[in-house]
Amino acid sequence: MKRTDLIIVGGGPAGMAAALAAREKGIRDILILERDKELGGILNQCIHNGFGLHTFKEELTGPEYAARYVDMVREKKIQGLLNTMVIDVQGGNPCRVTAMNREEGMFQIEARAVVLAMGCRERPRGAMNIPGYRPAGIFSAGTAQRYVNIEGRMPGREVVVLGSGDIGLIMARRMTLQGAKVRMVAEIMPYSGGLKRNIVQCLDDFGIPLKLSHTVTEIHGRERVEGVTVAKVDENLAPIPGTEEYVACDTLLLSCGLIPENELSQAAGAEMDDVTQGPVVNARLETTAEGIFACGNVLHVHDLVDNVSIEAERAGAFAAEYILEGRGDWGEALRPKIPAKSKSTLPEGRDASSQLICIGCPVGCLITVEKKEDGSLNITGNTCQKGEAYARNEFTAPVRTVTSMIRVEGGRGKVVPVKTASEIPKGKIGECMDEIRRAKALAPVRVGDVLIKNVAGTGVSVIATGNMD
Amino acid sequence: MYDVIIIGAGVSGCAIARELSRLELKTAVLEKALDVCEGTSKANSGIVHAGYDAIPGTLKARLNVEGSRKMEALSKELDFSYRRNGSLVLCFDEKEQDKLTELKERGEESGVEGIRILSRQELVSLEPEVGDEAVAALYAPTGGIVCPFGLTIALAENAADNGVEFYFGREVKGIERKEEGYLIDTGEETYETRVVINAAGVYADQIHNLVSKAFMEITPRKGEYLLYDKKTGGMVSNTLFQLPTALGKGILVTPTVHGNLLTGPTAQDIGDREGTNTSREGLAQVSAKAALSVKRVPGRDVITSFSGLRAHVTVRPKAGDHGYVGEEEDFVIGEAADAPGFIDVAGMESPGLSCAPATGEYVAGLVKKLLQPEEKKNFVSTRKGIPNMALASDEERHRLIRENPAYGNVICRCEMVTEGEILDAIHRTLGAVTVDGIKRRTRAGMGRCQSGFCNPKVVEILARELGKDESEIRKSGKDSWFLVNKEKEQL
Repeated sequence: MKRTDLIIVGGGPAGMAAALAAREKGIRDILILERDKELGGILNQCIHNGFGLHTFKEELTGPEYAARYVDMVREKKIQGLLNTMVIDVQGGNPCRVTAMNREEGMFQIEARAVVLAMGCRERPRGAMNIPGYRPAGIFSAGTAQRYVNIEGRMPGREVVVLGSGDIGLIMARRMTLQGAKVRMVAEIMPYSGGLKRNIVQCLDDFGIPLKLSHTVTEIHGRERVEGVTVAKVDENLAPIPGTEEYVACDTLLLSCGLIPENELSQAAGAEMDDVTQGPVVNARLETTAEGIFACGNVLHVHDLVDNVSIEAERAGAFAAEYILEGRGDWGEALRPKIPAKSKSTLPEGRDASSQLICIGCPVGCLITVEKKEDGSLNITGNTCQKGEAYARNEFTAPVRTVTSMIRVEGGRGKVVPVKTASEIPKGKIGECMDEIRRAKALAPVRVGDVLIKNVAGTGVSVIATGNMD
Repeated sequence: MYDVIIIGAGVSGCAIARELSRLELKTAVLEKALDVCEGTSKANSGIVHAGYDAIPGTLKARLNVEGSRKMEALSKELDFSYRRNGSLVLCFDEKEQDKLTELKERGEESGVEGIRILSRQELVSLEPEVGDEAVAALYAPTGGIVCPFGLTIALAENAADNGVEFYFGREVKGIERKEEGYLIDTGEETYETRVVINAAGVYADQIHNLVSKAFMEITPRKGEYLLYDKKTGGMVSNTLFQLPTALGKGILVTPTVHGNLLTGPTAQDIGDREGTNTSREGLAQVSAKAALSVKRVPGRDVITSFSGLRAHVTVRPKAGDHGYVGEEEDFVIGEAADAPGFIDVAGMESPGLSCAPATGEYVAGLVKKLLQPEEKKNFVSTRKGIPNMALASDEERHRLIRENPAYGNVICRCEMVTEGEILDAIHRTLGAVTVDGIKRRTRAGMGRCQSGFCNPKVVEILARELGKDESEIRKSGKDSWFLVNKEKEQL
């Protein structure tokens, strides 16, 4: 049987950060087992920007954030097996991991410690008990995101999004940018679970209505979705009779919560926490199964990948300590600090001509801009310098970074993610997208390659945010 | 000229096809959907009833008991999932215990083996999670659970391997009586046959009325269900039925052969023959009634809900007009008196699935009388299913991956279904051509994430193997598309 010091289950942001931290602490033999065909996990399909403000002090897209970690993992010569599914993990001294892939079949590896970093999955339609038919055209937002951003395929033309978590908001914008009509985003709660900046830049920018305290009460269409019934809900979240509205659409995207993926943790006998839906851990992020640590969305669902990276570094370092120094007293269970979930609403009665929500970072400050008699601007409400700059721009000449993907020929994949190298005038987004949607690139493509010059006459280039061999 | 044409590739049609494939007959099955098992057979309780429900002497009672007896051997012969888990009818009122006795006597008269009445104490020791209000139960050890897709697909594949022709996407539009049989019109094609078997499920009345003046009417009876995560499948080991209560006809709580928990069905007569939509009220009713049978209904662990339509006969062809055995409430199986060679297999509501193996033999017997065919000498009675990596032993897994590395590539992570299994599902006899076809053959997409992760991969594999673009791949019917744009088209 193969032996190694540390096995990391999952090569997404959590797994890579844990592996790097363990290497930093002096662990030589580390093996990352990843089920997908590349490292990076869900970041690879999160082609929008907004990642890395803490970790890298700059705003990156998901694939760029992932690529930086992949580069570090390569540089540190950390081993990984791709297209490999872990089917069982057992704690102990040593731990034992069973995995499967095409090349090696089913195999077992012994490791002195294991870090679980499998991430989470989306709540499906069935779990929400939405009545109606079961036609094609009902996708969880992440599945649709994979189709569009990785496969270059549009799953529909007229869309209703249920759930206003960040993935729902981001997908409402994505579908719009790629040419679909998003009829509305319905949210059962009286607030959005997404960030304010995403309500502004994903919905408001495109005039997509956000219907708070509304839900889908029925799905119509026998073969393909033909429409949904949307109704207002009362304070107990029950639909209010008489408020039903039929909305014609061919696609329903669901963004109704994420569930940590803990089948392996449970099979390993790790005790579970009913609140986080992740394993119970101590202060060292060690589960109750001997030698098994957990971090990232498998432990609890995080809002920001930057926080995943921080937590995973700790898990990797503690696993290394465990390998080098042996098992200490397990101590007490300590629920990881979970920041309160976003409960975003845009201030009601906001005067859009003078009040802005800053989209510079997740805080989402409400900034007031007043034009003084001398023509200069009086900006208040911002809590940082960037906020002032944003408000000034937004008031005079609003700009946005556009992210999308371009079809690639001769590569291993179908499309490569791209972004505008800097912000472009908001009014140019449509023209910019027309050029991007028509464009083609030839593999290989590296992060930073210029794929379109002077897009829409803005003087700004469209550059690759992912690699494609 | 065919000897026999069967209309409908549900479980009854396929069971009949398989029995006819033992005989020297030219047989075909016409199905309007793109796959077998697309109607009532795909959305039901998956129960093999012991046979105490039906009135003794009816065809329902006879075929049920026979079907239940045959199911185990058939599951081995044709390699589908079946388990004799036992069933319990729960009684919630001391005063109604005589109803259990009545059921028991009925069952004994029909020949159901081993049934007995359990006290509350015996019941609790058998099912610790049983609801507090259950006072007694009728126990039938021969009750079982089956994979309804597995059964139907296995019967169809075996029939096809033995020479029965299957035609999909063929909706019967008209049937014309000829001198020597019938001419069936499906719009684009016509089929001549000596014998017609009408196994058209909730449309069997329409097919019947095309040829017979003895009017029949079927009113679909809708049943809604909730399916729960596999972690709850061990809550009960027997199938728990209910005696009717103040809430109306009872519902069942049962483990499935795949280890999920299933509750349902409601019973609502509807006008729409395609009305397989679930409703808020229906699903709420299922949850409320299930709460009587078990201490805790795991509402948080629901992974999907669905509804199916049972073919309930509301106007029976008049006595004297037909050659059917049986009375009111019975199946309508037999040759229509005013249409020689036209055999109805109609009203196959519960326990139609349990009866299927016996229905097949019974109807084949009717055909034998009409056509007196020879037995086929080279009939192959066995069929091997798709390997199941999730359940296979380690040695078996190693062997499969050695033979084809695709068995090492997991596509559906929830149910651990590999690319090898999906390829087998596509390339075998009557292979899958739709995403639902893959799902019903391999369970890819039937797990807790309900195809969130595997849907794009399954669509990709289907397109690649069938030589199609992904935008041409369908969920089930011809309009159930997933993707708008072709591969090379702009984004």
